[in-house]
Amino acid sequence: MKYLSEFRDPDAAKALHKNIELAASKLSEPVKIMEICGSHTVSIFKAGIKSLLPSNVTLVSGPGCPVCVTAMEDMDRMIALSGMAQEKNLTIATFGDMVRVPGSFTSLEKERAKGADVRVTASPLDALRWAQQNPDREVTFLGVGFETTSPTIAATVARAKDDNISNFSVYPAFKLLPPALAALLNSDDVAIDAFICPGHVSVMLGADTYRPVAAKYGKPCVIAGFEPLDIMLGISVALNLLVNKQHEVYNTYKRAVTDEGNRTAMDLLMKIFRPVDAPWRGLGYIPDSGLDFRDSYAEFNAITRYGLSEVETGSDPPGCACGDVLRGVMDPPQCHLFGNECNPESPIGSCMVSSEGSCAAWYRYSE
Amino acid sequence: MTTDDRILISHGSGGKKSQELTERIFLKYFNDPALLLMNDQAVMDIDAKKIAISTDTYTIDPIFFPGGNIGSLSVHGTVNDVAMSGATPVAMSAGFILEEGLMLSDLEKIAESMSVAAGEAGVRIVTADTKVVARGAADRIFINTTGIGILDGKTNISGQAAKIGDRVILSGTIGDHGIAIASSREGIEFSTPVVSDSASLNYLVQTLLEAVPEGVHVMRDPTRGGLATVLNEIASQSSVGILIEEAKIPLKEAVIGACELFGFDPLYLANEGKMVAFVRESDAEQALEALKSHPLGRDAMIIGEVVDNHPSKVVLATLMGGRRLVDRLTGDMLPRIC
Repeated sequence: MKYLSEFRDPDAAKALHKNIELAASKLSEPVKIMEICGSHTVSIFKAGIKSLLPSNVTLVSGPGCPVCVTAMEDMDRMIALSGMAQEKNLTIATFGDMVRVPGSFTSLEKERAKGADVRVTASPLDALRWAQQNPDREVTFLGVGFETTSPTIAATVARAKDDNISNFSVYPAFKLLPPALAALLNSDDVAIDAFICPGHVSVMLGADTYRPVAAKYGKPCVIAGFEPLDIMLGISVALNLLVNKQHEVYNTYKRAVTDEGNRTAMDLLMKIFRPVDAPWRGLGYIPDSGLDFRDSYAEFNAITRYGLSEVETGSDPPGCACGDVLRGVMDPPQCHLFGNECNPESPIGSCMVSSEGSCAAWYRYSE
Repeated sequence: MTTDDRILISHGSGGKKSQELTERIFLKYFNDPALLLMNDQAVMDIDAKKIAISTDTYTIDPIFFPGGNIGSLSVHGTVNDVAMSGATPVAMSAGFILEEGLMLSDLEKIAESMSVAAGEAGVRIVTADTKVVARGAADRIFINTTGIGILDGKTNISGQAAKIGDRVILSGTIGDHGIAIASSREGIEFSTPVVSDSASLNYLVQTLLEAVPEGVHVMRDPTRGGLATVLNEIASQSSVGILIEEAKIPLKEAVIGACELFGFDPLYLANEGKMVAFVRESDAEQALEALKSHPLGRDAMIIGEVVDNHPSKVVLATLMGGRRLVDRLTGDMLPRIC
């Protein structure tokens, strides 16, 4: 099978477009479908799918972009750590999008230009290797991400412990998806009719994760892949479930997602970390939605190693509507900073920085 | 900008940040009318001859890559910048910044390939300079060039000249150079290796201009920042809208696959041997045939047209049947690509 051509086939797209229009014509009321994952958001915009939707179907982006949901207090602490980098002989290793996120006072990008050793990598194992190769330096990995990313970071910590690499640490700012979904559905102003559930996160969590959500809140949950046709299929299935009032979980991404998920990865994650209440940009503290080190791995915690809980932190920038955007109650162009003071060149909110951020995607791809 | 702002890597991306830097610093002090046209080369009248001049600096990492090296690239890039005005490139200079410790054998390979590339393009390297800096003050070798070409006086090709109805022709597959560099940097090998498309385009341009001498309004080579950036530059220089079709953009299968792997959008990947030409509708088919007759243009396609809505913006008709904006590059997708 040729994934890159067959999952982008224009004729199949036409057929799915017809399905979507047919299902939409049977809806009694306009519906709002939330795609939770930032990669879905980007794929939707890049493929021009929004421009194909009937007027009674709206897609909104959810809190599924890890950089976007990182709270200002975490951002400020990570940037403060980079500010200490030269003095403490420290290398900061991070996923690329974090570099440009503005904190309350400065950013990793600006600290790097001043001389901080901030290195971008796609793999936490690179950071561990740098630590191994430079025993006279400290290396801290900025741990952001959902269940997709955090198990690899957990595995890296486990290896650091096995190999006695003590000059390596991780700033734990991880997020767990299911508690955030529940928080979203419990808030009064969020009116979502169905979810397109993330692909990669679901590979880890498994389709069963969403069954309680679908049952308790009566919302269809459709797991979809990332190719344009995957997403169009997901939308089409979600609409049909809504038309038939079936509030169930439907997995359209069976080539990757099982019912039970990747237990090995999730068990490893929970061996190193434990769920804690965590701050989300725009959503506040959500119970058990973050991860902290378990006692037996606490030595790798960059927050305690560098006393970062003492660092002065600021609050979200005034006027920034990232919170409402992340909850799907506001489209980015409705924010009065959007495209004016806040743009990808000089972003104010995190949703404008990350390539997976909803604001950046609107700005970049929307006519 | 405030007084304590510094140069960021993204200022070198060829995208919005680069433009901002140019406007805030350089255009403040360099304001010659030829420079203010913001083309890749300046055209000047000297003793009744029209001369095209272009300068460029090469910092690519790695200095040797599949399909070329920093030396051949510096000749190809210089020749292409001059050729995109319609001029015949005739001569160039080469200035070298060498880091203490660079292998002489590497320098010789680089110089040799510059000589070969210049010979192939019919361009003389007439002056050169060398500076050596202490270890760490540069990364092995940087090359600065200036290229000079002569215009025949009839051509009036410029980024300002795109007209509604013009067809946008792309000379071949995009993204080859960007992926060749990214994969050699990451040490990733593909079953079909992607090789840089680095090449001099002056003879391809000549073929095109001979076929449709009056029909070409704009030519540009989509180097750093890629096709998306070049189309945005032209849309805003000419105050016109550009509509392109995703299905028409030639892409190698290996490049599509690598883009998925690296998370790149091929529209923003650098090319070093491709050009886009804006050709009036009545000449478009003939122009396409001319390009396809040349080995460097055999995959040429008409990828879109200049439209009378969304001025200064580039819109893509997607494979899925939808539409979306193609914005300028933000941030640094891949620094030191050329």
